[in-house]
Amino acid sequence: MFNALQNWLSSFLYDWLAILITLLLQAVAVILPVMLAVAWLTFAERKVIGYMQVRMGPNRVGPAGWLQPIADALKLIMKEIVLPAQSNIYLFVIAPVLAIAPAVAAWAVIPFDDGVVVADIDAGVLYVLSVASIAVYGIVVSGWASNSKYAFLGALRASAQKISYEIAMGFALVTVLMVADTMNLTKIVEHQQGGFWHWYWIPLLPMFVVYFISGLAETNRAPFDVAEGESEIVAGFHVEYSGMAFAVFFLAEYAMMILISFMTAIMFMGGWLSPFEGIPGLETLFAWVPGIVWISLKVAFLLFLFLWFRATFPRYRYDQIMRLGWKVLIPLTIVWVFVVGLMQYFKLGPWFN
Amino acid sequence: MTFETFIFYLLGFIAAASGLMMITVKNPVKAALWLVLAFIATAGLWILAQAEFLGLVLILVYVGAVMVLFLFVVMMLDINLVVLKEGFTRYLPIGAVAALATFALIYMVVGPDRFGLQAFPAPTPLPADASNTKMIAVPLYTTHVYAFILAAVLLLVGIVAAISLTLRRRPPKEVQYQDIDAQVKVQAKDRFEMIKMAPVVEPEIKKEEKEE
Repeated sequence: MFNALQNWLSSFLYDWLAILITLLLQAVAVILPVMLAVAWLTFAERKVIGYMQVRMGPNRVGPAGWLQPIADALKLIMKEIVLPAQSNIYLFVIAPVLAIAPAVAAWAVIPFDDGVVVADIDAGVLYVLSVASIAVYGIVVSGWASNSKYAFLGALRASAQKISYEIAMGFALVTVLMVADTMNLTKIVEHQQGGFWHWYWIPLLPMFVVYFISGLAETNRAPFDVAEGESEIVAGFHVEYSGMAFAVFFLAEYAMMILISFMTAIMFMGGWLSPFEGIPGLETLFAWVPGIVWISLKVAFLLFLFLWFRATFPRYRYDQIMRLGWKVLIPLTIVWVFVVGLMQYFKLGPWFN
Repeated sequence: MTFETFIFYLLGFIAAASGLMMITVKNPVKAALWLVLAFIATAGLWILAQAEFLGLVLILVYVGAVMVLFLFVVMMLDINLVVLKEGFTRYLPIGAVAALATFALIYMVVGPDRFGLQAFPAPTPLPADASNTKMIAVPLYTTHVYAFILAAVLLLVGIVAAISLTLRRRPPKEVQYQDIDAQVKVQAKDRFEMIKMAPVVEPEIKKEEKEE
C-alpha cells in the first residue's frame, strides 16, 4: 500500500520528498495506534486492579468510564509545567524527550503481520535492544537535572537496575537467535511455524520467564518499580515534573510496556501465527482471522500479566532486585545458552532436528 | 550533493561538535552527555559505511551500558570546579603545544596519505539480503578464533581482578549480611517451639476474698 503511494507521489514530486512523505505517513500509522493503546492501557490498568481489589475503578466519564483516558489527557495538557528554579533547565526539558524518543523509535522494526513492518532490517533484534538501551538516559538525566534528592536517588536506582537486567535480557534473546539462526524479527516468527508447540516458549521456557521478568524490571513496573518507589522516594525521577512533561514520561513507560509485550509475543509466542495452526478442523475454522488479531490477543494477554503482577506482588527491596538480576537470572541465562548449544549439537527432540 | 553525503556531513558535524563540547564544557555530567551524542553520531556514520552490526553494538555497549555507568559515577562526584580550573592560563602554552603535537601525530598516521579516498574507495553496495552480522561472525569464529578467545579470557581476568580488588567482607560486628539460602531453607521448627507446661494456679486470692 505504501509502495503504491510512494510511486504515485514520485510521479509529480521530487523522489526524496515522496520517500519522506511516505516515511512520515508510515511512522504516523504505527505511532498513532501505539499512543491510543497507551491511553486505554492506563484505563485497563485502573479497571483491572480495581476489580482485583473489589472496587469499580474509574466509572464516571463516559459509559462505564471508557472516556477516562481522554479526560486524563485533557487535564494533563491544561496543567502548568513547573520549572524548578535551581534545576538545569535545558537538561530538565530535554529529559522527557530522551525518555519517549527510544520508546517510539523502537517500533520501526516490529512486525505486526507477515510483511506489515516499517523497516524489515536484518539486525532487528539488535536494533530494538540498542534503541531500548538509550531509554535509560531519560530517567538519569531527569533525575540529575531536577536538582532534587528524591529524583536523584530514583535516577541512580533506575540506571543500575536497567543495566543489570539488560544483560539477562540480552542473553535470553541470544538463545532465541541461536535457535532461529537469524536476527530478523519477521524470520524469527516464520521459524516458529507449525503449531503452538513449535513456538519457542516450550524449548526455551526458562528464557521466556527470564525475558519477561527482565522486561518488568526494564520498564520499572511493579514489583521492580523502586525507581519510582512512592512510599520511599515519593515519585522518584519524575517528582519535579508536572503536567504534560510528566505525561510524556508516563507515555514512554507504557509504550515500553507494550513494546516488551510485542517482543515477547514475537520471540516466544509465535508472533502473528495462529495458535490453532496444525490442528485439523480448528485450523480451517480460524483461517480467516488476520494475523494482527492473533498478535494483538497475545500482547493483550502479556499486558494483562503486567497489570496482574502489579496487583499481586509487593515491591522488592532494592538489594533483592540486584541479587535476583545478577545472581539468579544472569547465571541461569548463561547456563541455558550452553544447554541450547548442546541441544542443537546433538539435534535433540522435536525442535532441534 | 546526494542524500547520503548530506547525512554523512550532518553526522560528522554532530560528532565533531559534540566532541569539542565534551572537552570544553565545565560540568562533568554535561561532558558525559556530549560524549554520548558523539557516540550516537559515530554509530550513525558506521551504519552509513555499511557496518550496521558495529554501529548498533556501539550504541548497545557504549551508550547503553558504559556511559550510563560513567554518568552514574560522575553524577555522585562533588567536583569543585574552581580547584580544577586553577592554573589554566599558566599551563595553557604547554597544553597547546601538547595538543598540537598530538594532532600532528594523529594527522600523520590517519591523514589523507594513508586513509584517503584513493586508498579506501567507497565500498561497493551489498545486495539487500546480505547479512552484516554473519559477515563479521564467520571470520571472527573461524580464522580469528584464537585471538577472539584470548581477548575473552583477558576480559574475564580483568573482571576477576577488579572484583577481587574491591570485594571485601567486613566482620559481622560492623555490618550484618543477609544469607538468602538460610532464609529460604528456614522451617517452622527452627523459629517456633511448642512448650508444654503445667498451668499456674493462684489459690491464695480465693482465700483472701473469704476472709473479708
